[in-house]
Amino acid sequence: MSRRKGPSRRQFLTSAAALGATATAAKAAGPDPLITETQDWAMGLGDGVDATPYGLPIEYESDVVRRNVEWLTADTISSINFTPIHALDGTITPQGCAFERHHSGAIEMRKQDYRLMINGLVDRPLIFSYEDLERFPRENHVYFCECAANTGMEWAGAQLNGAQFTHGMIHNMEYTGVPLRTILAEAGLDAAGDFKDKWVYVEGADASSNGRSIPMEKAMDDVLVAFKANGEALRKEHGYPVRLVVPGWEGNMWVKWLRRVEVMDGPVESREETSKYTDVLADGVARKWTWVMDAKSVVTSPSPQAPITHGPGPVVITGLAWTGHGKITRVDVSKDGGKTWETARLAREGEDKALTRFYLDTVWDGEDWLLQSRAMDETGYVQPTKAQLRDVRGENSIYHNNCIQTWHVKPNGEAENVEVS
Amino acid sequence: MSKSLKLYGGSALAITIMLVGAANFADRNITDMPERAAKLTALPAPIPQPEAPVVVAEAPAAAEVAAPAADAGSGLLVAAAVADEAATGMRFGLGREAMAEEIAAWDVDVRPDGTGLPEGSGNAWDGEALFEENCAVCHGSFAEGVDNWPALAGGFGTLADKDPVKTVGSYWPYVSTVWDYVHRSMPFGNAQSLSDDDVYAIVAYILYSNDLIEDDFELSRDTILDVEMPNAEGFIVDDRAETEYTIWRTEPCMENCKDSVEITMRATVLDVTPEEDGADDAAGHSDAMAPAAETEAEAETVVAAVAADTDAQADAVVETVSAAIDPALVAEGEKVFRKCKACHQVGEGAKNRSGPHLNGVVGRTIGSVDGFKYSGAMADKGGIWDAETLAAFLADPRGSVKGTKMAFAGLKSDADIAAVTAYLASFDE
Repeated sequence: MSRRKGPSRRQFLTSAAALGATATAAKAAGPDPLITETQDWAMGLGDGVDATPYGLPIEYESDVVRRNVEWLTADTISSINFTPIHALDGTITPQGCAFERHHSGAIEMRKQDYRLMINGLVDRPLIFSYEDLERFPRENHVYFCECAANTGMEWAGAQLNGAQFTHGMIHNMEYTGVPLRTILAEAGLDAAGDFKDKWVYVEGADASSNGRSIPMEKAMDDVLVAFKANGEALRKEHGYPVRLVVPGWEGNMWVKWLRRVEVMDGPVESREETSKYTDVLADGVARKWTWVMDAKSVVTSPSPQAPITHGPGPVVITGLAWTGHGKITRVDVSKDGGKTWETARLAREGEDKALTRFYLDTVWDGEDWLLQSRAMDETGYVQPTKAQLRDVRGENSIYHNNCIQTWHVKPNGEAENVEVS
Repeated sequence: MSKSLKLYGGSALAITIMLVGAANFADRNITDMPERAAKLTALPAPIPQPEAPVVVAEAPAAAEVAAPAADAGSGLLVAAAVADEAATGMRFGLGREAMAEEIAAWDVDVRPDGTGLPEGSGNAWDGEALFEENCAVCHGSFAEGVDNWPALAGGFGTLADKDPVKTVGSYWPYVSTVWDYVHRSMPFGNAQSLSDDDVYAIVAYILYSNDLIEDDFELSRDTILDVEMPNAEGFIVDDRAETEYTIWRTEPCMENCKDSVEITMRATVLDVTPEEDGADDAAGHSDAMAPAAETEAEAETVVAAVAADTDAQADAVVETVSAAIDPALVAEGEKVFRKCKACHQVGEGAKNRSGPHLNGVVGRTIGSVDGFKYSGAMADKGGIWDAETLAAFLADPRGSVKGTKMAFAGLKSDADIAAVTAYLASFDE
């Protein structure tokens, strides 16, 4: 197997400095040979249309990949990896680099072996094949999926040096699927009676049998039974052939390889909703049913893995913002650790429970920056500082850390994850 | 409410929604009407009277706006149909009735009051041996946890500490959850293989390890609620709306928000971030992915592939073992290897985990994998892993190598040992 050695961040910085020098030198010393000399690609031929029936990114982008943090988990099968958000732009996450979280590994199931059972308090328990699902009226929606543990390693202090690792348990895709309420209606909900105290229990087909209880109100609102993402079939690591999409709520509830939905008169209190995905407060009492992901944002560039390599002058500060409560309405950016703020430009108006891209087109003089971003959503919620979060929750919550992140951009352009007073 | 009333109410509502939806469509050019219609009409309770006139009042104007749009018209038909079906309980007619046996096979969740628990029982005495055999490899013989695998016992009184130890005893609120999880999801790599009695016994052993029951307590669906879980009252329902949102929904400060700003902590001091040369792996990964068609086609070819490997690599394998290799045995061994997978990797890209990688283990000098921290006993053992030494070790790991870190009870059957050895022999360095 051929192995291409990717540059380390340090090497990258060194070579970036050299490149800067070259570019400057080229300007002074004479014409650019890339222009004046005929290049190979301008003479020879490229690949034919049969070279890559399914294309992957060009090798020069081979560092833009999911990464994992080995010490986080006992093994890589019940584990998580991180989206390279520092290197992406726009808002849609390509499936191939969208973070994965498995409890028993990514299984391989054929569409023809797929079954979805609806049972419990329904008028007629039903079994659907994959083909059946594609015969219901379907919808398209872009939603973010964030693991409740995103930024969870940062509660006690600045720990991981890169936006990919601090904020990369998130992806944002356009899903195609059938509203869960359509499928539940097919089974008939007279038997469920009043929805107020009813729940659905959703469960996956893999060995972990990941299962979560969802209040009926949410199940009947915007939950999707999805089979496509970004136009193509789900990847196996995202639950091929069918996963649940629970907009704005923690990723663990987005059950992959969805095999069963049971209408119930109470929650199951499964392992995932008691021993995990509950948030221990400072006094040892834990919050449960903390489903919604609150408003959050992060500067993706510059950041530790995306330093400034071009020297002083114009620079684009960019990042992502999102909220499980609806739409992002505003993002502010601070360069001085939160003393002063300026409002960033949203690439597009905030969209419901989807990532919003922001830009601050500015000038860097080569000074130290303490870069922060602060999201606001349509409910008027303002993303809190880590100190504000700790005041309410302590440092042991693991989940739902939506604090304001700080990057220290140094005069050499390098950036570091820091905590500030 | 009678069926006919419901029908009537449903279609009336569908018309209302159709009209409102038309406005929606004309206004935004988005046909999200079917979902709304279904959502509203699927509510079983009758729509309260006062709401209806409000909706209707908007309708005429909406209809006027929508009428000229041909596209909107067809959208309306679909919407009306969908709304009507959802409202009246008519269906698309998709799917088929689930059979009782099918529901019984999949609907096995257990709830805090014990609903869903099957017949059967077990105690900690029986559970100890089962736990040793099925669970201790990751969770430790005393449920104390191995490496990064979860500890299941202890941790009492630590929940308010800096690093809480959240175990079944110290944290889990319900015994039902333990039963449910062990039954459906454990052992890791061999889930749903335990009998109901075995699950009761293993859960009893976990409870016993936490001093929550006596060793002769017979756990069953009749006794499960007798077990008091120390942290049962340790949970509150999400209160962020009161404790956080009220404070953080405010106009944010833009200038002079702080007097001074100091850096109080730096991530590079900790140095726990993976090195960027993981991009190395990435390149390898994309190479591996390149023949996408191959990945697609590999449905049932695992056995074949392993067999092919075996042919190609037979020379490299120690003679005594290679003589015994046959594809069926290798396939059998792959199944047995599930018990090992939690700690050992084998195959392309295999790395050291809790246990060393096993590529080329057959024929390898014992205790010789670079970068793996062996126990003193294993490091000093000496010799070669061949059919004989592997068989002795796998039958009784801690008996044959006293002091080994491998907390595995061993394989009881000679057939399993032969199969897993054949499987391992199919991977070279």
